Amino acid sequence: MTGRAERLAPALSTGAFRIAASAVAVFLLVAAVLAVLLIRDAGDAVSEDVMASIEAETQRIAQSYASGGRDGVRLAVEQYAASPGHGLYLLTTRDGGKLAGNLATRPQDLVAGKRGGVFSFKPQGSGDAAGAVRQGVALRVALGDDLVAYIGRDIETQRQRLGRMRLVLLVALAALVLAGLAGGYAVSRHVLRRVEEVNATARSIMGGDMSRRIVVTGGDDEIDRLALNLNRMLDRIEMLMQGLREVSDNIAHDLKTPLNRLRNRAEAALRDPAGEGACRDGLERTIEEADDLIKTFNALLLIARLEAGALEGTTEDVDVATIVGDVAELYQPVAEEAGLSFDVVMYGPVSADVNPHLISQAVANLIDNAIKYSSAARTGPGPGPGDGEGGPSETGGVRVEVERAGNGIVVTVADSGPGIAAEDRERALKRFVRLERSRSRPGTGLGLSLVAAVARLHGGSLRLEDNAPGLRVVFTLPGASPHAKTPRLQH
Amino acid sequence: MRVLVIEDDKETAGYLQKSLKESGHWAEVTGDGETGLALAKEGGFDVLIVDRMLPELDGLTVVKRLRADGDATPVLFLSALGEVDDRVKGLRAGGDDYLTKPYAYTELLARVEALARRKAPEEQVTRYVVDDLVLDRLSHRVTRAGEPIVLQPREYRLLEYLMRHAGQVVTRTMLLENVWDYHFDPQTNVIDVHVSRLRGKIDKGFDKPLLHTVRGAGYMVRDGQG
Repeated sequence: MTGRAERLAPALSTGAFRIAASAVAVFLLVAAVLAVLLIRDAGDAVSEDVMASIEAETQRIAQSYASGGRDGVRLAVEQYAASPGHGLYLLTTRDGGKLAGNLATRPQDLVAGKRGGVFSFKPQGSGDAAGAVRQGVALRVALGDDLVAYIGRDIETQRQRLGRMRLVLLVALAALVLAGLAGGYAVSRHVLRRVEEVNATARSIMGGDMSRRIVVTGGDDEIDRLALNLNRMLDRIEMLMQGLREVSDNIAHDLKTPLNRLRNRAEAALRDPAGEGACRDGLERTIEEADDLIKTFNALLLIARLEAGALEGTTEDVDVATIVGDVAELYQPVAEEAGLSFDVVMYGPVSADVNPHLISQAVANLIDNAIKYSSAARTGPGPGPGDGEGGPSETGGVRVEVERAGNGIVVTVADSGPGIAAEDRERALKRFVRLERSRSRPGTGLGLSLVAAVARLHGGSLRLEDNAPGLRVVFTLPGASPHAKTPRLQH
Repeated sequence: MRVLVIEDDKETAGYLQKSLKESGHWAEVTGDGETGLALAKEGGFDVLIVDRMLPELDGLTVVKRLRADGDATPVLFLSALGEVDDRVKGLRAGGDDYLTKPYAYTELLARVEALARRKAPEEQVTRYVVDDLVLDRLSHRVTRAGEPIVLQPREYRLLEYLMRHAGQVVTRTMLLENVWDYHFDPQTNVIDVHVSRLRGKIDKGFDKPLLHTVRGAGYMVRDGQG
C-alpha cells in the first residue's frame, strides 16, 4: 500500500493534476449554481401554477356562497371534490363540523393568522394509499359568519419529483467531481510517466551514456514533439562532442608525429659534426617542417570551426560561377605547366547566398587536388621501380564545371588521377579523415574534409564519383532563394 | 625606419626588436596598450606593429583612438585570430595590414617595409617606371624599352603591385592577398607559376632582368643586378 501511496503522491503534485483539479473546481461551481437555480425555478413554477388555480377556485366558491348561500356553496364544494384531479376541498362550520369535501379533517398545520399554507394530510377513503401522509397546499376562506372553506391541492407528487431531481443533481455533481479528479489524476500520471522517462534518459546521458535517446511513442503529441526536439538537440551535441574529440585525436595524430620529426631534425642538426653548413641546412628544414605543421594546424582548426559554426552574417549574394572562374584562373597556369588540359565550363551566372571566401577556398582545394593527382598519374607514381612504360592516360586533364541543377548549384571538378576506390569514398568525406595515400603527398591531406565541411555548412553536399579514370568531385550548394534563411549546418 | 612594437609577449617583442635592428631599422617596444598609445601619440614612427590582444587597452582600441586623433601612421596588426572576419575587423578599426600568428619574419619585414613606403596616396601616381619598364596606370599599357607588352588583366595587376613596391620584397602571401584577394593557403605554389609567366613576358629577351626572386622571402622588381 505504501508503494501505491508513493506512486499517488507525485501524480497529485504535478502541474497537470493541479490544472485538472482547478478545472474541476471551476466546473463544479458553475454546475452547482446551475443546479440551485434549476431546482428553485422548478419549485417556484409548481407553486405559482397551483396557487393561481386555488385562487381562482376560491373566488368561484366565494361567489357560489354569495349567490347560493349555504346550500349553494355546499353543492359547489361537493362538485369540486367529486371531480378528478388533485383538488382538496373542505367546507366546515366555524366550530369544525364537516359539511362537504374530500378532506377528512381541517388542515392542522396552517398557521392561525395566515391565509393559507402547506399542510400534511391523510387521504380519505381509498384503501391502497391509506395511512401514507401526503402534503398539500390550501387557502382558507371564511364564508359569512359561520362557514369556513379550505381549497387546496395535493402537491405530494410534485414534492417527490422535486426531491428526486435534487437527488439526481447531487449524484451527478458527485460523479462529476469524481470523474474530474480521476481524469486529472490519470492525465497527470500519464504526463508524469512520460516526463519521468525524459528525466531518466537525461540522467543517464548526464551519467555519460551519450548515445541514449528519449523514447518517441509515435503518438505525435506534444511530449513526442518535445522528445523529438530534445533528441535532435542531443544528436547535435553528440556530433559537436564527437567533432571535438576528433579534433583532439587528430591534433594528436597529425601534429605529434611531425612535431616529433621536427624535434629530431633540430637535435640532429645540433649534433651534426659537419659544422655550420649542415646545421643551417637542418635549421632550414626545421622551419619548413614547422610551416607544414602550421598548415595542418590551420586546416584542422578551420574544419573544426566550420563543423561547429553557423554561416549567419558571413554570406553574400554572389555569382558562384565567377568565384569558381577566378579560382580556376589562378590554377590554370599550374595545370598547363604540368602539361594537363584544363577545361572550365560555366553554364551562365548562378547566384547564391554563400560565404565567398569559404567557397573560393573549397574550390581551390578541389582544383589543387585535381591537378596534383592528375599530374602524378601522368608522370607515373613517383620513382618507384617496376612502373615503366604504359602508365595511365597520356593526355590527363582537369575539368571544372558550374551549372544550375534544379534548385541547386553544382560545381564539378574532375581529374584523371588514380581516383578513390568506391569503398573508400564514403570514408574520405568524413570529418578529418585522411586517406593513407594522401599522407605521402604534399599538403595537409585534409583538403577533402575541409571541402565537405564547407559544403555541409552551406547546407549542401559533397559527392565522390568515378571519372573513369580519375575522380569526379561533385560539390552541391543550395540555390539562390534571395530571402531564404541562411541554412545552418545539416546532417 | 622607426618602428613601434606594441606586443605583450616579451620574447616575441624582443625577437622583433632584435630582428628589425639587424634589418637596419630602429624599433621601440612596449608591452601594454596604454603606454603604446601614449608613445604612438608622441609621433616619430614610420610604422606601428600592434598585437590585437593586449593588457589594459586592446590593439583594436589603440588604433581606433589613434585614428580618431587624425594620426595616419601605418599599422600592421598581429593576431592569433586569423579568420576572414577578424581580419576585416582589424582593417575596419584602422589597420593597414593584418598578419596572423605564427608568421615568418621575412613576411613581417616585407609587410612593414611596404607599409613604411606607402605614404604617398597611390591614386595620384599615374605611372610606374623601373629602368626601361613602364606601366601607365591611365592607359593600362606596359612597355619595355618602348616595346609594348601585352598582359592579361591579372598579370597587369600583378606587375602593378610589384612595381608599386619596386625595390621592396613582396611575399607570395602579399601577392595572393593583394592581387587575388585570397586569404587562404593555396597549397601549391601557384604564385610562382604566375610570376614566372609574367617574368617571361617582361624579362625574356632583355639582358637585364628586372623581376627577381628573393630566396626564402618572395619577389622584387628592381633596377639593378640580381
